Amino acid sequence: MTTEHPDFSQMSCPLPLMDHDTIQLAHGAGGLLSAELIDKLIIPRFTSPELEMLEDQAVLDLPPGLVAFSTDTFVVSPIFFPGGDIGDLAINGTVNDVAMSGADPVALSVGFVIEEGFPMADFHRVLCSMETAAARAGVRIVTGDTKVVGKGSCDGIFINTSGVGVIPEDVRLSAGSLAPGDVVILSGTLADHGMAVMTVREGLSFQSTVTSDTAALNGLVNTILAAGPGTRTLRDPTRGGAATTLNEFAIASKVGIKLDESAFSVRPDVAGACEILGIDPLYVANEGKLIAVVPAAEKEAVLAAMRGHEHGEEAAIIGEVVADHPGLVTMKTGLGTERIVDMAVGEQLPRIC
Amino acid sequence: MKYLDEFRDPELAKGLLEEIRRTVTRPWKIMEICGGQTHSIMRYGIDQLLPDQITLVHGPGCPVCVTPLETIDRALVIAARDNVIFTSFGDMLRVPGSNDDLFRVKSRGADVRMVYSPLEAVKMARENPDREVVFLAVGFETTAPGNAMAVKQAAAEGLTNFSEIVSHVLVPPAMEAILSSPSNLVQGFLAAGHVCAIMGWEEYEPIAAKYGVPIVPTGFEPVDILEGILKTVQLLENETPGVENKYLRVVREQGNPAARAVVDEVYEVCDRKWRGIGNIPRSGLRIRAELAAFDAEKKFAVEDIVTEEPEICISGEILQGLKKPHECPAFGTECTPLSPLGATMVSSEGACAAYHKYSRKGLA
Repeated sequence: MTTEHPDFSQMSCPLPLMDHDTIQLAHGAGGLLSAELIDKLIIPRFTSPELEMLEDQAVLDLPPGLVAFSTDTFVVSPIFFPGGDIGDLAINGTVNDVAMSGADPVALSVGFVIEEGFPMADFHRVLCSMETAAARAGVRIVTGDTKVVGKGSCDGIFINTSGVGVIPEDVRLSAGSLAPGDVVILSGTLADHGMAVMTVREGLSFQSTVTSDTAALNGLVNTILAAGPGTRTLRDPTRGGAATTLNEFAIASKVGIKLDESAFSVRPDVAGACEILGIDPLYVANEGKLIAVVPAAEKEAVLAAMRGHEHGEEAAIIGEVVADHPGLVTMKTGLGTERIVDMAVGEQLPRIC
Repeated sequence: MKYLDEFRDPELAKGLLEEIRRTVTRPWKIMEICGGQTHSIMRYGIDQLLPDQITLVHGPGCPVCVTPLETIDRALVIAARDNVIFTSFGDMLRVPGSNDDLFRVKSRGADVRMVYSPLEAVKMARENPDREVVFLAVGFETTAPGNAMAVKQAAAEGLTNFSEIVSHVLVPPAMEAILSSPSNLVQGFLAAGHVCAIMGWEEYEPIAAKYGVPIVPTGFEPVDILEGILKTVQLLENETPGVENKYLRVVREQGNPAARAVVDEVYEVCDRKWRGIGNIPRSGLRIRAELAAFDAEKKFAVEDIVTEEPEICISGEILQGLKKPHECPAFGTECTPLSPLGATMVSSEGACAAYHKYSRKGLA
């Protein structure tokens, strides 16, 4: 047995190093590494008075009125895709869900579930795009949480966002309020987001120029409501696509909806990708489009206002609400025949948002 | 979009419909072979525009629909194995086997992945040398060259961890089975354009001659389909059976010789069960004996799994054109795309699914 002292200069500290190029379990454990991650990486991106208090909750001073509250969890794969990433998608998605009630979204919470080993640089990139998206949408990130799970327990990073906004007193939108004679307006082209994600999926080896349409639509909503105070309902056709949203409207209001195939627009590269992959753009997710149903008397005003907004330049009337075939959506085809536009069955493509 | 817009042109379609109306004098039953054509017919409402004398009968050309239950059951057993990455075209994942489907096996932990090309599965085999990658190769002559190429490439690279469950089917034997059935009602065929793109049309000439029927290779857009119908009606009215190609921009008489050569190199003709129809002699393809190492059914010893088709629905009669989907009492009630009782409701190309999607509730 040796009596020599060990050479301490050759030993390294068994505690985790403070500088990591990947996320470690300890980053979510509530200790020093957690604090460092929050202080150095997260807080600088999400500046808001509430968040900087570093309390367990945000205390909000909301104007009077009904509060719209929504939550969504984002698991898109891959997390970076043409035109966006999981970060701006998580901000825009919840902003849009709150905004579709007519509310002005004010504050968001953000919850991260991160897989051990996730690259720190990727996390930073996601945070930066969340910062930009929140600034664009004019919302504050007021509270948050970060959990790290073991390798294999999630796929890279999942993000939950919840949001609140206050609905103006004179605005009461409902998918159940459609009446025959109303017109259906779509804010732009179909299927950009879903096809952008699809074309970069493993197993597809597909090259294209398609980019996601991810965008916050609260500004467009304000524009619509100003021009069309009688607006019946608004919804952003995400998973399930426009076909599913329109079916939801028809069922909720017990009315029929009659669409005109020639009124829909799909970008040529998106249409090409859909044709090759055998996918109907009506069922593909959008992340920066909305469908508005407005009384016929307001259609011109709303359409003109939408076309004057950056997210509604290609807005078009795509159909009308009818008393016939309640609960069913039909479409006049290019040949002048009529067919059913059904709800989506099953998933065309999993994990697109 | 070029090559699409002109084939969806309403004016061209109207002109063709006029000509069909002028030509037809008697009732005719015409079968479109391919599920893609059925889908297009329902999507554009072409059946609503045709004169009453013409009845379109929907053929067996949906590979998902006709894949036998037995193949699905064997696939499920292989997919459930620990070391397997199981790959398939998306539509096959939802097809119910006897007690299960691939989605459910996946939810219990199996590694099941959707691919658009079998060469993606070969890539997975290359990148995962310690896993077995299995591809479920279904389809008609159209997908056979790609699926054969995957085996050829895996062999060339010396990959020993790639294999295929091959359940390929061939169109001409199915047409003969329909024409020789005592209950046959079909008088003319729109042949499947994409199958003909690979195989050409020479193999249809003996069938047209033997049974005295017109066979017209036809595309998939509305104008293509109307041109195919017009040509078929002309041949029927003039009593001049034979093969006339109307998918001129894609189909050559010899098809695609390079693609056919790959298929011949990797696969050989065999008897094949068709879901809802039964065994049709020499109507399928299987991996050649010398390439048995790539045959997943042999590799994983599942050839003793034999499944009989239950008498649950009339998909057999639908696939032979004897009945229409809405003539089934279960259509749209017990049997829907969410809970399909039979093959033709499962795939988006299935006749029942196409009817359900576009024209239930007696519209128009």
